[in-house]
Amino acid sequence: MDHRVTQFDEMGGPDGATRAPYQKLAQWLAGTPPELLASRREQAELLFRRIGITFAVYGAQEATERLIPFDILPRIIARSEWTALEKGLVQRVTALNLFLADIYGKGEILKAGKVPAELVYGNPGYCPEMAGRRVPHDIHVHIAGVDIVRTDDHGFYVLEDNARTPSGVSYMLENREVMMRLFPDLFSMHRVAPIEDYPDELLATLRSVAPPKASNEPTIALMTPGQYNSAYYEHSFLADKLGVELVEGRDLFVKDDVVYMRTTEGPRRVDVIYRRIDDDFLDPLTFRPDSALGVAGLIGAYHAGNVTLANAVGTGVADDKAMYTYMPDVIRFYLGEEPLLQNVPTWRCREPEALSYVLDRLEELVVKEVNGSGGYGMLVGPHASKAQVEEFRAKLKAHPDNFIAQPTLALSTCPISVAQGVAPRHVDLRPFVLSGANGVRVVPGGLTRVAMTEKSLVVNSSQGGGTKDTWVIDDAIMGQA
Amino acid sequence: MLSSTADNLYWLARYMERADFLARAIEASRRLAALPKAYGGEDTEWQSVLLSSGAAAAFENTGKPATEANVVEFLTFSRDNPSSIRNCLECARTNARAVRTALTVEMWEAINGAYLELKAMEARRGAYSSDELGRFLEFVKQTSLTYDGGAYRTMLRNDAYWFSRVGLFIERADNTARLLDVKYHVLLPEKELVGGSLDYFQWSAILRAVSAHTAYHWVYRTSMKPWLVADLLILRPEMPRSLISCYESIVRNLDNLARAHGRQGAAQRQARGVYGKLETLTMESVFQGGLHEFIQGFISENNRLGALISEQYLF
Repeated sequence: MDHRVTQFDEMGGPDGATRAPYQKLAQWLAGTPPELLASRREQAELLFRRIGITFAVYGAQEATERLIPFDILPRIIARSEWTALEKGLVQRVTALNLFLADIYGKGEILKAGKVPAELVYGNPGYCPEMAGRRVPHDIHVHIAGVDIVRTDDHGFYVLEDNARTPSGVSYMLENREVMMRLFPDLFSMHRVAPIEDYPDELLATLRSVAPPKASNEPTIALMTPGQYNSAYYEHSFLADKLGVELVEGRDLFVKDDVVYMRTTEGPRRVDVIYRRIDDDFLDPLTFRPDSALGVAGLIGAYHAGNVTLANAVGTGVADDKAMYTYMPDVIRFYLGEEPLLQNVPTWRCREPEALSYVLDRLEELVVKEVNGSGGYGMLVGPHASKAQVEEFRAKLKAHPDNFIAQPTLALSTCPISVAQGVAPRHVDLRPFVLSGANGVRVVPGGLTRVAMTEKSLVVNSSQGGGTKDTWVIDDAIMGQA
Repeated sequence: MLSSTADNLYWLARYMERADFLARAIEASRRLAALPKAYGGEDTEWQSVLLSSGAAAAFENTGKPATEANVVEFLTFSRDNPSSIRNCLECARTNARAVRTALTVEMWEAINGAYLELKAMEARRGAYSSDELGRFLEFVKQTSLTYDGGAYRTMLRNDAYWFSRVGLFIERADNTARLLDVKYHVLLPEKELVGGSLDYFQWSAILRAVSAHTAYHWVYRTSMKPWLVADLLILRPEMPRSLISCYESIVRNLDNLARAHGRQGAAQRQARGVYGKLETLTMESVFQGGLHEFIQGFISENNRLGALISEQYLF
């Protein structure tokens, strides 16, 4: 089975000859003593620890704050490859936004029978309160994180669309900072596309979707559930880079359908909230009454058009794994174009023939819960024990609607620096796509996640995965000695 | 600025300052306890540090005798004492994490680095040897210096800075007052003369605790006299820990806030009131009314200022 799992190495290529984007790195590695790499690894760890780039782990008693392992070797993508990927991402997210505006509006795609209506209306991410409501510029997903994998040199596959509150962008930015501190020489050898303007782009995006009633200088705030949230570091980091207030629910209040922050100078009106808190917790009056994280009356202010929430409420309907399977049709329907990025072939277990196919081949497939995230609630057939497979079989039979299945992908590998030298590990990529009134854009790079253990396919940080810097380099310098 | 941010900055500064004070108070008590028993001193040093740091009642609840080992444990690493050094540093870090956006990198790294080191020390500590305790107290003072220096050197002079400074000086004024009170709680044996050698050592230990031993000689050019030590720590504007010096800073920083916000309130008035009283005060009148009584009165006025700030800035 494993021969299917390690085929394409992004550095070594299919035949072991160094691929063009990696040639300079390979030369540099050949001339670099292992001790230097080891010492840079230590420095990197120290830097991350000192800066305090951590994430919290739910349920882990002692290590409530962990460092995400960082690998010091960059993942390199040639500009030509990137350009193709970027076009595909823009296309996909444009379609996602049209889809959301449609299903909360006229529902044309459902009438056309391209997507089953029950899959939309019965979806836990569907938000009935949004039906018939329009949001500024019809943009629902202002910030999307699209998980990408590659299996060979021919292209990229979309593994998952994250349209709710995708995280990880702080690691993209901090990884670059640390790399520039540790390896200035490598940067001078390559022309690496800068990503430092991401916060400016994000701010411009958020400003562009301010409510029409807001002033020319809209007040923007970033809303966090608080410092015990796993992504709290990222929330504070981004607020800092954006130059906006980091607020919790208790810092906000609503009066006459207008949202205010409590400040030392009295109440201050808020126009746009980049919220990193789930729909269910936004407003105890509309959603969960037991939640203390949100703001009473927020949804009222939202519906009155006095505040913009980014991302919009109810985007979860577009990012579950069942809806994912329809994305190619969604793109064709709204844009009249063929999808530039492929989906991973997926069986919808809600369809009887697919289910029986999946049940017959559980040992070969990856089975995922449609609403699961963070690597929880999934079965990786080839790596699972007999008991785990049987347990999943029972779950699958009981609630087939809850699952999709995909082939065990030959995820590409990338070299990482380990004690013995360098070794290949599986990677994926999460680029961040911004959509505002000013267009859709992607900074050249993203978060490369690495499965730190040999042969493992699990790259999630909550499951011990690591990260590395992602470089988009000019093709012109490739192959030069 | 968000009210919650101001609140966090204010308390962050107070916790850092308090950790520093506790380290200094423990050092003072160690010095006092180290005086030869031939002088006839009674073993009240460890009780006195509990009283002066306001932790006596909490310690009583542990039911343990006030021996050096027990008191030091309670004031340094105990999780049961909300004001132990460990808990102060942890609270400081919790507040710092909440307002990272308002801190400079230097300040955050000082707190976060100290916190990580503290965790490591906590994990490997057994019974403290005298040396190890000394090193730990040194580490705490160093942390506070680094943090304070980071704030002084790197922060923008805006409301974030002013709220932190106000917190720092309110805590420092409180601590200086409490430190002077140590002397009240360490009983001088009846047969000892006020101004005798034990008395001398006790005052000297207090001065050393706040690194003011040399300063004393620069200012007065005379041998140790209790009313001069009190004068230095209460009324001397050139002494950076003195009550008057702390209040001069509190008034200035609150005025900066008032100017930036375009209005002043009860907090500014209270601070100026206390400062005004200190300016016209003489040591004679302090000693006539009793040093201990003066200190108790000051501490409660200082607390009142804290409450007024919370009210005015909606903490």
